[in-house]
Amino acid sequence: MVVDVKEYDLDREITWCPGCGNFAIMDVLKNTLAGMGLSPHQVLVVAGIGQAGKMGQHFRTNTFHVLHGRLLPVATGASLVNNDLKILAIGGDGDGYAEGGNHLIHAARRNIDVTYMVHNNMIYGLTKGQASPTSEQSIKTPTTPQGNPLEGLNPISMLLGLKANFVARSFAGNKEQLGTILKKSLQKPGFAFIDILQQCPSFNKINTFRWFKERVYDINEEGHDPADLEQAFRLAQEWGEKIPTGIFFEDPEPKPGFREAVLGEKDRSITGPELNPLDIKEIIEEHL
Amino acid sequence: MDVHDYSVKVGGEAGQGINTIASILSRSFADQGLHLFAYQDYYSRVRGGHNFYQVRTATFPVYTFSDRLEVLVALDKASIDLHAGELNSGGVIIYDQDIKTDNPGQNALALPMAALGKEHGGKAVMGNSVAVGAAWQVMGGDLEILENTLGRLFQKKGSDIAEANIKAARAGADYANNNFSGRCRCQLQKGNRKKSLVLTGNEALALGSLAAGCRFVSSYPMTPASGVMQYMARQTHRLPLAFEQAEDEIAAINMSIGAANAGARAMVATSGSGFSLMVEGLSLAGINETPVVIMLGQRPGPATGLATRTEQGDLLFSLHAGNGEFPRAIFAPRTAEEAFWTAAEAFNVAEKYQIPVFVMSDQHLADSYYTMEPFDLNKVTIDRGHILDDEELEQMKTYHRYKITDSGISPRAFPGQGGKCVMVPGNEHMENGYSTEDPVNRTRMQDKRIRKHRSLSGEVKPPESYGKNDPGTVLLTWGSSYGACREAVDEANRQGEKWQVLSLPQLWPFPGKQVLDLIGKAKRVVSVEMNATGQLGRLLRLETGRQPDLAVLKYDGRPMNAGYVLSQVEKGGVFPW
Repeated sequence: MVVDVKEYDLDREITWCPGCGNFAIMDVLKNTLAGMGLSPHQVLVVAGIGQAGKMGQHFRTNTFHVLHGRLLPVATGASLVNNDLKILAIGGDGDGYAEGGNHLIHAARRNIDVTYMVHNNMIYGLTKGQASPTSEQSIKTPTTPQGNPLEGLNPISMLLGLKANFVARSFAGNKEQLGTILKKSLQKPGFAFIDILQQCPSFNKINTFRWFKERVYDINEEGHDPADLEQAFRLAQEWGEKIPTGIFFEDPEPKPGFREAVLGEKDRSITGPELNPLDIKEIIEEHL
Repeated sequence: MDVHDYSVKVGGEAGQGINTIASILSRSFADQGLHLFAYQDYYSRVRGGHNFYQVRTATFPVYTFSDRLEVLVALDKASIDLHAGELNSGGVIIYDQDIKTDNPGQNALALPMAALGKEHGGKAVMGNSVAVGAAWQVMGGDLEILENTLGRLFQKKGSDIAEANIKAARAGADYANNNFSGRCRCQLQKGNRKKSLVLTGNEALALGSLAAGCRFVSSYPMTPASGVMQYMARQTHRLPLAFEQAEDEIAAINMSIGAANAGARAMVATSGSGFSLMVEGLSLAGINETPVVIMLGQRPGPATGLATRTEQGDLLFSLHAGNGEFPRAIFAPRTAEEAFWTAAEAFNVAEKYQIPVFVMSDQHLADSYYTMEPFDLNKVTIDRGHILDDEELEQMKTYHRYKITDSGISPRAFPGQGGKCVMVPGNEHMENGYSTEDPVNRTRMQDKRIRKHRSLSGEVKPPESYGKNDPGTVLLTWGSSYGACREAVDEANRQGEKWQVLSLPQLWPFPGKQVLDLIGKAKRVVSVEMNATGQLGRLLRLETGRQPDLAVLKYDGRPMNAGYVLSQVEKGGVFPW
């Protein structure tokens, strides 16, 4: 079925700063979903808090716009209940790597049937420029006025350590690659993690669009086999002059998705407005 | 039939099998047609310590425990040292022969539990059934009933194991018959109840939730709420029910919020500190109008407090938890039977009003066994409130999740239904769910949500009076403390007083007018609660301006009974406000 990308449009003012990486990411996402023949009502976006989380307010789908860092638990609950929806979780680096860090570990462990996009601009945007877990060492921000004493978190290495089902990195300035990765992740059952590097023209004056553009390269184009976890680890350590992007890892022996693991037989629907009282006679008799 | 009221205490170290002995005895009393109240007292440890289980059985309904014992079954020396003094005159001690103790008196039986267990049941651990048999014999129970009970309880583990337990119990009974030279005042009657359920508060909460069609449970283990989630987890293989043990309580409530908005009836079970972590999610459910049921099993705080003990210290916390103002309902069942019906109804209230609903219990209710008539499942109703069907949605141009209505309740739809998109936000929002900071909209939306509180106030479960009409003294209480108050009122009235219990099965919205009407012209209102600050009394004052005249409070982590209430009232109570 052909779906017009315009179906995803919302007549609302977009509140991102000019030059924000979110515009490109949203554009790719809308085109990818429409290109896959998905209508907006077949998609659920669970969005966090931050400029990335606002994406749920800027294009038309089903949206749960939830609390800072809590998008993955909400997506977990929704994915268990409704198997017909394509579920995406969308948040930023503060949302996912700080406030929601614990949930990220367990979403990967559970292998929830969700594609998780982290817009990683290495800074807090909505709260105006504080350091994030991925901010570079020595960057000066309102909360690191003497320079950030810490090294940035390496989310790719962390997710590879968890042997997550699908681990990728892309860049808001490479729409073609992002589209390809997104499509693959949505077609794959289980958890897909995509760290998306993006510029923040208002608050991150170091890791700019140009800074990323000059450094990123595609590991798959250079022959990396996503089944090779050890090679993926080696590549994930690279950061600086060259920044690897692409699909680092796809589990060659896919585990069952979370819904299948928890519910077993797929036909046991636990959703919908129809609700019959559960037959608990047999259970009650055990107490007689 | 003679009236009787007997109590048996089984004491020992954690891991020695006191739960097995006490639960077999409990089930056997029920099978003999008697009423039952059994409570557990345990430490936060897996092995050792001193735990006990106290079973009260009577020919009439019982709601709390007694101070005095007829029989003490001791598996360790501490049980004798600590509890022998609780025996009524003529009370009997049955103790494991391996315990080194001074002569515990004439009315005692040293029982070679392990040896008889091994000889007759094949294993030393069968000594538990030996103790059951001996206690049953000493109390004058019908051995055939005990054997049937054992057969039924152990059948699941195989008929050889059932048979071994029966043999061991028979050996214990024979041993008591031949070796007990004292006298026991118990003569267990056959009660007139046909078949009764024996359930803890936790089990009843879980069963009520299942009966209500709960489809999704996400929780993190915490005493005393673990019993609810574990019971439900055990049913997932045979019911369309998803259970997930979350990484923390923050995740637990957010998973349930996700599940509820995707279409399932969803709940969490937790206790104080765990609920503290859920507070942010509770507030989310407030603004995005998510029906979610929170089973809050209270234990003493602050923080970790007394992990395995009981308290009613979180009433005002659950009422005020969450940033911002939003409607909620708070129920507090008083018995296990009521816990079943309350849990079932909680899901209806949650979905009808699209709000978070609390079902509050406490360790004493959660872990105690009660007997009750089998539930008539035909009386369980499911009311999901206003949910649009696919056809209605197809005819709409767009769906507005937060449509402003007179009742404040907006028709619900789930993502994808009827080809429509559903927007569920955490920000203040317009009718379509998209955020706005417009002040006029904000006021209208907040008014809409608050209007649900008014609609909800119209169908609050009414407060209930028990005791004499035109009472001089009213005991105002809630939750499991009801049992102690009810029996205290019976006792006071037997002594010629005019007392009444006024108890609230639902605490929010607070039925202020009804409470004042029921207090009427009473000379004295005594708030009876398991906490240090008299929270129900405080709530009464907040909502009605009327203040209780005194309070009976207990916050040592151990439950109260009728004797405690009577003695504290006599001493003049306290005034914590």
